[in-house]
Amino acid sequence: MVDAIFNIAFLAQVLRISVPYTLPALGATFSERGGVINIGLEGMLLSGAFATTAATYYANDPLIGIACGLLAGLLMGALHGVATVVLKADQIIIGIALNLFALGSTKFLCQLLFHSSSNSSRIVGIDAWSASLKNIPFVGDILENPFILFAMALAILSHYVLFKTRYGLRLRAVGEHPEAADTLGINVTQLRFSGILISGALSGLGGAWLALDQHSFTDGMTAGRGFIALAAMIVGKWKPLNATIACILFAFAESLVIQLQGGNVPVQFIQMIPYVLTMVVLVSFIGRAVPPAADGIPFEKEAS
Amino acid sequence: MNGAARILMLKGAGVFAALLFSLICGGVFISAIGKDPLQIYLQMFSESLGNPYGIGQILFKATTFIFTGLSVAVCFRSGFFNIGAEGQLMVGGLCIAVTGFSFAGLPSLLHIPLCILAGMAGGAAWGFIPGFLKARFGAHEVINTIMLNFIAAALISYLVNSVFAVPATVHTPPVGHSAELARLESLFSIFKGSPVNFSLALALLAALFVHYVLSHTRFGYELRAIGLGSRAAECAHMNVGLLTMTVTTLSGALAALGSANFVMGYKHYYEIGFSDGAGFMGIAVALLANNRPLAIPFAALFFGMLDYGGLTINTLVPKELVNILQAIVIIMIVLSMKLMDRWMPQFEKTSLPAASNG
Repeated sequence: MVDAIFNIAFLAQVLRISVPYTLPALGATFSERGGVINIGLEGMLLSGAFATTAATYYANDPLIGIACGLLAGLLMGALHGVATVVLKADQIIIGIALNLFALGSTKFLCQLLFHSSSNSSRIVGIDAWSASLKNIPFVGDILENPFILFAMALAILSHYVLFKTRYGLRLRAVGEHPEAADTLGINVTQLRFSGILISGALSGLGGAWLALDQHSFTDGMTAGRGFIALAAMIVGKWKPLNATIACILFAFAESLVIQLQGGNVPVQFIQMIPYVLTMVVLVSFIGRAVPPAADGIPFEKEAS
Repeated sequence: MNGAARILMLKGAGVFAALLFSLICGGVFISAIGKDPLQIYLQMFSESLGNPYGIGQILFKATTFIFTGLSVAVCFRSGFFNIGAEGQLMVGGLCIAVTGFSFAGLPSLLHIPLCILAGMAGGAAWGFIPGFLKARFGAHEVINTIMLNFIAAALISYLVNSVFAVPATVHTPPVGHSAELARLESLFSIFKGSPVNFSLALALLAALFVHYVLSHTRFGYELRAIGLGSRAAECAHMNVGLLTMTVTTLSGALAALGSANFVMGYKHYYEIGFSDGAGFMGIAVALLANNRPLAIPFAALFFGMLDYGGLTINTLVPKELVNILQAIVIIMIVLSMKLMDRWMPQFEKTSLPAASNG
């Protein structure tokens, strides 16, 4: 067991599994730092996964698939933004509705394109890209998958953008005290919209990764990852780097779970672990994790 | 016309516009696959509403939606976002099935209430957990209720497949005849063949009960008060934590009752996947009814019609169209309420909590 855990292949597996948590969690730091709770991560992941599958299937090119996955996430982000930021509807209900929308529409389209509402045809993956890198000792396993590097780089970039740039400062101001930001001439609506768009785009990419990793789409394949990513972001105190670490910890737990499979424990109990863990971790971090002050509260400008 | 009547009419118009717009959006999906939306909708309505069998099917679907709608609505009224009705429905259903086949042979007069109580207890326990975690730790109920849905699904998959397995099936043994609820066709032969059963009466009673509790009891008043603003309620010496736990427990019991429709009234066993999103449908039902218990049966009928209507056109348009419509209706209802709030400042506050800080 110990040997099975402490080796580079296991580490690579953990990082690989962390990708679909890290990308939406990073996205969520942007939307929530701007004051928009994004319960819709799950649906954005799912629509990204489906768009990637469909596009990859027809174009037979994962790059086009990834682009379409990103676009689908972006579109879901835009829907969220129009409803919650522009029209100021309740963020939680809209998020829930978007999740249901993604669940329904992906099944609908899957039935239409692949004649089964539960799974698609097989698609190519991205393994072929970097076969040569695989031979490099130690790091080869990690380098093998460009998404892993991309997610890590994105974590650092997100930290930089949120905490070291003017855009980040303004976005955070809008999430902490939109009235004050508004008084200073900052466009609250625009900034909040940008946050939710980033969140959608990154979730779409997370979905793309899921689809390409599994070489197909299955209905509800995200299996709560969007919500677990949201929990990781809360545990990570709305900070990109901490959220990434939390995602890696969740991925570590999931990898352990995979190792456990095949033993005496019924498979259903093993499947439960990530969900139970999420609840336990979330509860134990409450109080220590404080959201942005205006997170979840629509900004209503005084009547002009 | 006085002010109250005018507001009511405008509200009704808003809901109607939202529904109409949702159907138009659904029409876009229908056109996208090269079918005529008008024709599809007409076929949906005529095949479901046009004959007593179809109406029986709609009533059957609506029965479960009334329960899950009530479950979601009581939580919404107290400012708690319960998206765990699906899991509560599953847990309750399994408890009913187990009680149903374990005590087969009891007199029906004893066995039926026993099953119903067991189901309520199971759902209540499942509903208590997120309420407790929220009250004690302030943990986000949306994430917790979703996680509990997944946990319930896995737990029940284990129990049905490994503990109560009927070989080569995904369902439990049947409940005893003593635990079966009669179909309405036994009284009204017009519904011949459709699965609508006496749990519909139970659902209507539940709607009356929830209405009474919300509007005419101290508990209901306090529940609504914490929904409008928990800090103010705290200042008025209400025990917000205890209230939250009570509401979510009640909500779980209500959702669980929805399973009696299937387990006691239709198939007479617990089958994996029987809930089929009825818990989530509760969200749409509650919102369409503006969280008013007496409006919930009507909202449930609407979605029952869509749900059964979706089945009748499945050969032309994938039945998942209904899931899309369900989501669009939620969005449109929320937006229409928001827009009406904005256009009419004198509008009385809607029942949705003003803000929820996660």
